Amino acid sequence: MNAATAEAIPAEPRAIVEVEDVSKVYPGGTEALNHVSLDFPEGQLTTLLGPSGCGKTTLLKIIAGLIPATGGEVRVDGKVVTGPGPERAFVFQDFALMPWANVLRNVAFGLELRGVARSEREAVAESYIGQVGLKGFEKAYPHELSGGMRQRVGLARALTVNAKVLLMDEPFSAVDEQTRRKFQEDLLELVARERKTFLFVTHSIEEAVYVSDRIVLLSRRPSRVSQIVEPDIPRGDDPEAIRRDPAYIDTVEEIWQGLKKYLDEGV
Amino acid sequence: MQTPTSSPALRAEGQASPAPARPAGTGLSSGSDSAPPVAPVALPAPNVMAQLVSHPLFLRLVSVVIVFSAWEYAGRVPISPAFPTFLETMDALSGLVADGTLFQAFWITLQPLAIGLLASVVVGVAFGVTMGLNRLAEWFGAPLFIIAQSAPLAALIPILTFAYGIGLTAKVMTVCIMAMPVIVLNSLNAVRHTPLSLLEMGRSFLGSRWQVIWKIVLPAAAPVIFAGLRLGCAAGFIGVILAELLITPTGIGDIITYNQSIAEYAKMYAAIFSIIVFSVLFIELIERLEVTLFRPEKRATR
Repeated sequence: MNAATAEAIPAEPRAIVEVEDVSKVYPGGTEALNHVSLDFPEGQLTTLLGPSGCGKTTLLKIIAGLIPATGGEVRVDGKVVTGPGPERAFVFQDFALMPWANVLRNVAFGLELRGVARSEREAVAESYIGQVGLKGFEKAYPHELSGGMRQRVGLARALTVNAKVLLMDEPFSAVDEQTRRKFQEDLLELVARERKTFLFVTHSIEEAVYVSDRIVLLSRRPSRVSQIVEPDIPRGDDPEAIRRDPAYIDTVEEIWQGLKKYLDEGV
Repeated sequence: MQTPTSSPALRAEGQASPAPARPAGTGLSSGSDSAPPVAPVALPAPNVMAQLVSHPLFLRLVSVVIVFSAWEYAGRVPISPAFPTFLETMDALSGLVADGTLFQAFWITLQPLAIGLLASVVVGVAFGVTMGLNRLAEWFGAPLFIIAQSAPLAALIPILTFAYGIGLTAKVMTVCIMAMPVIVLNSLNAVRHTPLSLLEMGRSFLGSRWQVIWKIVLPAAAPVIFAGLRLGCAAGFIGVILAELLITPTGIGDIITYNQSIAEYAKMYAAIFSIIVFSVLFIELIERLEVTLFRPEKRATR
């Protein structure tokens, strides 16, 4: 894998997603985000990590243009976000697959909505179905697939539209632990292969440290950025080695200590 | 959609599977346990029985036989001189079929029913979906249908007769009043309960409002809309018979009232029986239609 060489060059990449002073107050007065400012460097996987209900999904959906911010602005690739755009694709926590459509149509759906001709979009979809390891399941329906396979469909759908930024909202939280580990390994490979920016939301410290170039710790609601951690873990050929690396274990511990104080406050 | 070509094959497999399931199962167990193969001994006989008993067609048949036997028994007791046995009723039914009375009656009854149901389905689904998509339309229209749904129809029939006379119009209106509210309210709820994440998915992949409605909202709502259609059509059948009994006796309603008045109870029950059977078959047809047209995932599994 060439991830290691990419790690070796610490040149500062430009920020492709810029979050500036974003606040979100839900109708009813719940304050989810409190003046959050944050940059997401291009070509990296940045994780938003924080206690549940801290507004990390809210921030991701604001970046996606699915919900409006109450204050501040988000720029993607220099352009102010006013709604969803072609340079962003979303991977949903609950997969958001259409139960009445087979894998092929679900994966090609982003292109279908863009008016791409059927033969063309299905060719693209088939290639991504192969890439996520679902070859042979093109005609299967979502209910015939396991949770992990369903999320692979969701991932393939996000990849087909060839967006620069992939927004992933706790994509592995609804799959079992073994599948999850395999997924995390595959994700590392995907990040190395696709030259894309990944924004990843999770509540699992281990998952964040394992997959991320950069981890943004959010505080309890109303969220602020409390800390940014850049795990310095060598991403070698053996994905299992990462979990045994002392730097991995130390980073997990460091983040846990950082988050613990919010839990203590909360109790 | 491209599935119809592949689904019959899948379907055939699915139906064929109960029979070869056992050999395949034993083959699997001896293959996976490469250690001493455990021989499943006394399985075959109870398995065949179990498969027969759990076969949907068999259970349905048993259920029907029990009901008809109970009917026959109750008629023979007899629980009332006005209650014919099942066999007497079937005999009367074949008589009504043979002399053409039943077909004539159905032809007359089906007219207000067909017009009423068609109007209810088209208008009802359109109204319901519109109200599901638009809050203002819901606030404006929903009260009307909620009232129509809870109003006792028999009490409204005199008003309908005053307004529309005793002809076809009043009967069509009766069918509509019975059928439409269920269809409208189900369509409304179906559209309203489109999973949020599917809507977000449609928007995030740049679907226009119309694309989201056509490609996500309506397919997602189809199962509940169709549930409403089945309930609505069943109610429409009740409506048309009520109209024929309460406004002017025509068609099936005429056979029922006439034979009741001359104490030909077997014929009366035969007419009731025939309309129930027709109603059940019609509603089954709607379900088939739904699965063939809108639920490819259901066809793929069974």
